[in-house]
Formats: sequence, C-alpha cells, structure tokens
Amino acid sequence: MSLVIDSVTKRFRGGAAALQGVSLTAPQGAFVALLGPSGSGKTTLLRILGGLDFADTGSVRFADVNWLGVPARERRAGFVFQHYALFRHMTVAKNIAFGLEVRPRRSRPSRADIALRVKELLALVQLDGLGDRYPSQLSGGQRQRVALARALAIEPRMLLLDEPFGALDAKVRKELRIWLRELHNRMGITTVFVTHDQEEAFAVADLVAVMNQGRIEQYGQPETVKRAPGTAFVQEFLGAAV
Amino acid sequence: MRGPTEDHPLARWALVGVTIVFVVLFLLLPLVTVFSAALEKGVGAAWEALGDPDAISSIKLTVITALIAVPLNTVFGVAAAWAVSKYDFRGKSLLTSFIDLPFSVSPVISGLIYVLIFGLQGWLGPWLREHDIKIIFALPGIVLATMFVTFPFVARELIPLMTDQGRDEEEAAMSLGASGWKTFFRVTLPSIKWGLLYGVLLCNARAMGEFGAVSVVSGHIRGQTNTMPLHVEVLYNDYQFVAAFAVASVLALLALVTLTLKSFLEWRYADEIAAVHRH
Repeated sequence: MSLVIDSVTKRFRGGAAALQGVSLTAPQGAFVALLGPSGSGKTTLLRILGGLDFADTGSVRFADVNWLGVPARERRAGFVFQHYALFRHMTVAKNIAFGLEVRPRRSRPSRADIALRVKELLALVQLDGLGDRYPSQLSGGQRQRVALARALAIEPRMLLLDEPFGALDAKVRKELRIWLRELHNRMGITTVFVTHDQEEAFAVADLVAVMNQGRIEQYGQPETVKRAPGTAFVQEFLGAAV
Repeated sequence: MRGPTEDHPLARWALVGVTIVFVVLFLLLPLVTVFSAALEKGVGAAWEALGDPDAISSIKLTVITALIAVPLNTVFGVAAAWAVSKYDFRGKSLLTSFIDLPFSVSPVISGLIYVLIFGLQGWLGPWLREHDIKIIFALPGIVLATMFVTFPFVARELIPLMTDQGRDEEEAAMSLGASGWKTFFRVTLPSIKWGLLYGVLLCNARAMGEFGAVSVVSGHIRGQTNTMPLHVEVLYNDYQFVAAFAVASVLALLALVTLTLKSFLEWRYADEIAAVHRH
C-alpha cells in the first residue's frame, strides 16, 4: 500500500525540463514534504500525482495500482491548491458537498447523508456554523480549511497539498500546520505536501525530499537531512533560508 | 475637505458635466427624436404603420434571425473563450485576433464575403443553383451575415473573465471526481453567467440592429428579406417618415428593454455578483 514514484520525467511545452527522473518511495500513511525553491519541479510532481499533469516517462504505483493509468477524476486524490480554488459562487457547505454531489446517481449518498457529512467536516476543520457563508466572506486561513474539508469529503486515498499555507501570515501558517499534522495523525492518509519553507517542511513531515532543478537532491527523515545535508545544494539551501 | 487622493471638486464636476452633456446630446436626444417623430401624427398612425404586412414581416424576420444567430454565437463564443482562456496551444494569439476580425472589418465587406461565396456568380453559386438552395437574398444569407458580424460579442466578453479566473476551479472539480459536463454546468457556467448574459444581450442587440452586412445579402425584397433596419431605410426613402420612425421605435425599444433587463438583473443579484468577483 505504499507510494512508489519511479524515474518520472516531464518536459514543459517550451522544451524546458521540469522533472528529470524523480524517484521516491513512501510507506502508506506517510507525510512527505517536497521542499525546494520555486522552479524545482515540486509542484509539477504533485500535479502529476493528482492527475492534473501527465508524466512523459516513468511510473507511479500507489496501493499496488498503476497510479498514472487512473484518470484524475477516479483517483480520489484530495488536492488542495495554494490559492484555495474554492467555487466562488457556492456556499461553504456546497463547496464541501461538491465531490459527493457530482457522483453518479448509483454511488451518490442521499441528500441527508451529504448534509450530515458536511456538518461533520465543518466541525473537523473548526468552521461550525459557517456553512452558509460564501468563500469571499471568509479569511484566508478559513478558506484553506474549507478547501481541506472539500478534499476530505471524497474520502481521499491520498492528500496532495500545494503550498497550502503560502498565502497566509506567519502566525496562521504555524497554527494551521500543527492542526494539519494532528489531522494527519488521526486520519492516516498518505499526504504529499509542497513547500519552499524548510521550517514548515521539517515541522510537519515524516519524510522530506529536497528538490532542485527537477531532481531530488536528498530524501530522508527531517533530522537526517538537517544533520547531514547530502549535497552542496541542500547545505546551501538549508543554510541560506535560516 | 477632500482626501489626499481625490481630485479638485472643479475637476470632478467638469468631468461629470462633460459626460452628462455628451450623453444627452448624442445618445438621449436622438432616441427621444425617434419616438417623437414616430408619434408625430398620433399613436394611431404609428400603430397603423406597425400593422402593415411588410412591417410585420420585417419584425418577424429580425426576430427569427436573432433567434438563430444569437444561440449559435453563444455556443461558439463560449467554446472559443474556453479554448483561448483555459488551454495553451500553438497559434492561440492568432486565433484571438481572428475572433476580433468581424469588429475590424467593415460590415459591408462581411456581407460581400458571403455574396462572393454563395452568390450566383460566387464559388458555390452554380452548385447551389443546381440543387435549388437559396442562401443569398434569403434567410440563410441574412443569418450568416448576422452571425459573422455578431460573432465576437460573447467571446470577447468571456475571454478576459475566464482568463482571469484561471483553471484552478476546473482542476479542483476534476480532482473531486466531476465529469467534464458536470464541471462545465456546475463550476464554469455559474462563474461566467453574468459576463455571458451581458455578452448575449449585446450580441442580441447587434443582431437585431445590424444594417450593413445584412443589406448586402438581403436583396431588399419587401415583405420577404427586409429586416427591421432595412425596412426603416426603405420607408424613410419613400418619405413615409411616421412609419419609418415607428419601426425604428420598436428597434429602439428592444434596445431599451435589453438594457433595463440587464440593469434589473445586476440590481437583483448584486450580492451574488460581488461574491463571484471578489477574490
């Protein structure tokens, strides 16, 4: 039931290499952070895992299926975007219910069940009573929690977070990442988290992959990476950002 | 006291004043003239003019043309805006320029294009004649010319809006398991509906009012291929001023109804519009 990424490559339309052979293995339920400067390919890798981009070569296996062969809408990969990507014209409750309401009639829960599930999720992300608001009436931190609730509603097999706290201020970032880690501990969903903030990566993740120019420079537990940077780039990147 | 970023009151009043004078002189006054000329000999005379079979036929033709051209251009406009704003592909900027083409080409030329293609002496003329298909000097030609002229309205309205909104919401919908159709009807369409409505209203106003392009392909057969704008011209040239302005009033009225409808909807759904546009 582990996640195995093997030699994934990807070129952009213009021909520039986004990923030049990325391999990574993570056990089921792990919390992996992809850490690196902008342009290092971390978001591209995340989007490939979510089915929002195609890989040129290489393979991904997850839970013993050829993950890249599963269409995005069938992957049940909960994707959380940096800028939330909430549906602006829907209330918070409608946003969260979306993934359940668009299911084919056969597998769609009843209206009452969906309402119940939305209520549970609102409680889970500590937004009880805000279901009738529109996203524009919420703060950034609240919006991101709605986005997370929406992703969790589909009972995701994998949670993919693209700089989820990037647009928030330092205090809210810290609170949310602690909360996210606790949530992960409770739910145990394999999570991949993209960030350029090493403090954040080391604080939340079980495993950190430091990326640079479409390659993984070093991959290991936070303590290991911190204590013994594997390459000159990692050393410089960790040093520079302190 | 004025704030640091406010202009001098004089400047403000001057700007407002110039705008009002301009609107009254160049927009409002002509409109009033149209109605007053139509009613010069009383409501009865104007009403009678509208009851003329040729006038009724022109109104019918205009409505039928709009009923065909506007929905088709709505579909094409949404498709074009979708393609341009949500996908990257080679030749995208060229395509965008082509969408604008009808705006930059004189309507007369837009009409002539179809005469050159479908007219008796045109490329397909002999073939069409053999198969007894009439396009020029008939409804199909009028619809084609109208569609050509009104093509950019919906697309132009939607492209900046959809580009601004980006692909995030559609990607989110996809990752949540929504099919392409469900994504379109539940996510894309609701978030563009106000821009779409505005584009459709503009497109409709132009479709009903188009003169130049339609004039070239219509053939001016009274009671058959004269749309309202063409019929107005015919009446005017015949010195039937009351009748000409009566038909013109109906056209102007259609425009006013369109505008009122738009304002009403904006007022009625102000909250929702604000929610969609705020980030």
